[in-house]
Amino acid sequence: MSTAIFDFTRTRIGRMLAAVALVLALAIAVGPLAARQVVAPAPVAAQTGPASANEVATAAARTTPGARPAQAELAEGSTGAAAAGSAAYTPMKPTPGIGMPVDGRLDVQQQFSPTGRYAQKFHVALVWVMVVISVVVLALLLFVMIRFRAKANPVPSRTTHNVGLEVAWTIIPALVLAAIAFPSISLLSQQYRSPPKDAVTIKATGYQWYWGYSYPDNGDFEVISNMLPEGEATRRGEPEHLGVDNRMVVPAGVPIRLQATAADVIHAFAVPSLWFKIDAVPGRLNERLLEIERPGVYYGQCSELCGARHGYMPIVVEALPMAQWRAWVRAQGGTFKDEAAPAAAPSVAPTQDPESAVPNAPGAGAPPVAPATPTPAAS
Amino acid sequence: MATTADTFQAHQEHGRAHHDADHKPGFFARWFMSTNHKDIGTLYLIFAITAGIVGGAISGIMRAELAAPGIQYLGWWVQLMGGEANFDANLHMWNVLITAHGLIMVFFMVMPAMIGGFGNWFVPLMIGAPDMAFPRMNNISFWLTVAGFTSLMLSTFVPGGTGQGAGIGWTAYAPLSTSGSTGPAVDFAIFSLHLAGAGSILGAINFITTIFNMRAPGMTLHKMPLFVWSMLVTAFLLLLALPVLAAAITMLITDRNFGTTFFDAGGGGDPILYQHLFWFFGHPEVYIMILPGFGMVSQIVATFSRKPVFGYLGMAYAMVAIGVVGFVVWAHHMYTVGLDVNTKMYFTAATMVIAVPTGVKIFSWIATMWGGSIEFKSPMVWAIGMIFLFTVGGVTGVYLANGGIDDVVHDTYFVVAHFHYVLSMGAVFSLFAAFYYWFPKMSGRMHSELLSHLHFWVFFVGVNLIFFPMHFLGLQGMPRRYPDYTPAYTEFNHLATVGYMIMAASMAIFFVNVLYALLAGKKAPDNPWGPGATTLEWTLSSPPPYHQFETLPVIEDNKAAHDREHGRPSHA
Repeated sequence: MSTAIFDFTRTRIGRMLAAVALVLALAIAVGPLAARQVVAPAPVAAQTGPASANEVATAAARTTPGARPAQAELAEGSTGAAAAGSAAYTPMKPTPGIGMPVDGRLDVQQQFSPTGRYAQKFHVALVWVMVVISVVVLALLLFVMIRFRAKANPVPSRTTHNVGLEVAWTIIPALVLAAIAFPSISLLSQQYRSPPKDAVTIKATGYQWYWGYSYPDNGDFEVISNMLPEGEATRRGEPEHLGVDNRMVVPAGVPIRLQATAADVIHAFAVPSLWFKIDAVPGRLNERLLEIERPGVYYGQCSELCGARHGYMPIVVEALPMAQWRAWVRAQGGTFKDEAAPAAAPSVAPTQDPESAVPNAPGAGAPPVAPATPTPAAS
Repeated sequence: MATTADTFQAHQEHGRAHHDADHKPGFFARWFMSTNHKDIGTLYLIFAITAGIVGGAISGIMRAELAAPGIQYLGWWVQLMGGEANFDANLHMWNVLITAHGLIMVFFMVMPAMIGGFGNWFVPLMIGAPDMAFPRMNNISFWLTVAGFTSLMLSTFVPGGTGQGAGIGWTAYAPLSTSGSTGPAVDFAIFSLHLAGAGSILGAINFITTIFNMRAPGMTLHKMPLFVWSMLVTAFLLLLALPVLAAAITMLITDRNFGTTFFDAGGGGDPILYQHLFWFFGHPEVYIMILPGFGMVSQIVATFSRKPVFGYLGMAYAMVAIGVVGFVVWAHHMYTVGLDVNTKMYFTAATMVIAVPTGVKIFSWIATMWGGSIEFKSPMVWAIGMIFLFTVGGVTGVYLANGGIDDVVHDTYFVVAHFHYVLSMGAVFSLFAAFYYWFPKMSGRMHSELLSHLHFWVFFVGVNLIFFPMHFLGLQGMPRRYPDYTPAYTEFNHLATVGYMIMAASMAIFFVNVLYALLAGKKAPDNPWGPGATTLEWTLSSPPPYHQFETLPVIEDNKAAHDREHGRPSHA
């Protein structure tokens, strides 16, 4: 019995199956290596940015994550608060095919966050594992179907056991899974890194059926985001069904503490090109680190069934260089803790209308109730 | 060491000897008050086919709507159901359709067909028992399932919030299913699950008792056919999982109607608690739907390879392992709810472990065919199709098991593609394999092999065309449960709708085949499948007598059979 493990090498079936198992194991081991060459080059080099001027500022931001780039501070200082507010914001034009789905594409969207790029590499390796296993099973099936069809093999064997073989096809898959588990656990720990203390905090709140984005560290103003009515997105150069009136505007290149919650039922904040999805649950505050490597427009959609217009509450994240983002925050009437409040109210700055552009358009939900202004008593 | 247990040497005289027990009651008593496992099995199969037609037609409406961006047909369906079409009511209709499709296919098609239908028919026959242990309980199991289906159908005609019917998804997540949906529709839908669940629990008790107590003399647990093993494990999963669902949805009912706040954070409850309870049931539920299919495929592959199942004990205990581990992986359905990182790591690792016993089964089926003398009769082509397509669904399952990867595909069409590969192909292919395998035994008529093969190939092309492109849609980010989408998802959605039409055509072939067999099919012999079919049901007539095995068959162990063949006394 001590050599039972190797008994399978004495039969032809055993040897063939063992050979196949070996090929399978090798293919799985080699697959990720082969895959590495298929992966697109690093995204920064891969395509042109949405706005080349933004690149410089982001590059600066990227070198010092967590801290605001010095040049940006200088630029702001020279223009002055009110002027920065008024000059600030026109919604960025999305780059076709970037941060959005593309028809007929077979793979995940291109990734723009550090964890997203790591996850994408792991994803490619996993796809190879899936392909190799499926092809091996298909090949084995086709082989036995041809080789052991009744005409070719009229007398069936009576083999019903092969301990070695059974041990092999238990152990080898277990080893493959263990090999998968290591990068998987590593990815998880990266995704769960805590945002640094000075990270920009943004709270996404799901409502039936629109999103609200509030900035608790910047005066807690809230931007209400409704889907653009049919045709309007196309007029603005955005993908139909994905464009919104007011976007979630964030700084690029710095860590963001994204919090998600909901006001009524469960929603989910999801942006595929950032490998980011977190449920917005009423009564809970889910928090996750979000890093966007470069300025751009990134589209997502609500990803938890939340009632009738579940399919009509898209998410648009617009990542701006830090200086422009600060200008945008001021334009919304927001403040910064490291700055004195502006001397005069920024009346020149265009404050965004928190309601949908078209009140009864699809996706135009009720805006949150404003604090009631006392009406003069009629008596 | 007689563990090649799929082969029995039953005394032939026992099978056929009792045609005098063939007295049948009148029509009403026979079909409405039935206590006969074969009649109840037939009722379950007819019910499952009926529900399958409804659930399949609903998916047809869904595929038609999704063929192109925009809302095309939903308003028409709202009006047809007696509602008033407007934007929100139309979208609500979509949610009603996805909810009904999911609940019908899970609770009223796959489960009744596998457990109620084939389980009832063949567990007693395969273990040499005259009937189920509790025949009357068997009857009420069936009628509770029918009542559940009726309640679900009623729910579509009453208000459910934004429109008529329950638009909460088959998972019925709170608070959408509590404060998020006013009106009685959701209560009807929940009550439907109570009824179907109660029916299934009673059925599970019946199967466990039958299998433990009513095996013919000599049939030890390690000699039971693998289909019986699969039903035993399934019954235990039902018994342990369904009460948790019953508790969870009862809490939904009280949250909705009696002011409790189990799932309302405003009252100290937690919406995530519902998800934990639901998936503690829901994950074993997916094994409940596929394990009987594993059993069926094992019988069929062995029969048509003319070989005993390879690694019988490994096969049996792989199912037990899948059942046990299936209870500790539930939160992989909840990777994005905000789990703790350690929790997510645990569920990632635990989920991947299930691939090991599943792999054992796939390899053992192939090893059973290896060295066999394979005949490609209709059940065999469906079984081989199941092995391959289930593998494809299985590897995407390993992919999804990774909690970090899941962030991009969670609640997208990738998940839809994955679970349709394991269920709509894994479970449904094994159902069709089982149907063609046992139809001659049940009806006494042979179906057309030509039509069965044609059905297979058209269905195979159709379902792959529906579901394979969904992987790509999901990777590109298309969320589930969307009636409308950005134009960038058009191409693959269109392809999937074309696939649906092909699949629907194949179902026409299936029904023609069944009609042909019933009306003009050749008379089926006791054993139409040759020497590979060694289980006890093939020793009986086709169809079997109304009551069988009034004198129990005796299962000899292999040594006794060997001794008898060589002229030595088998009993000392």
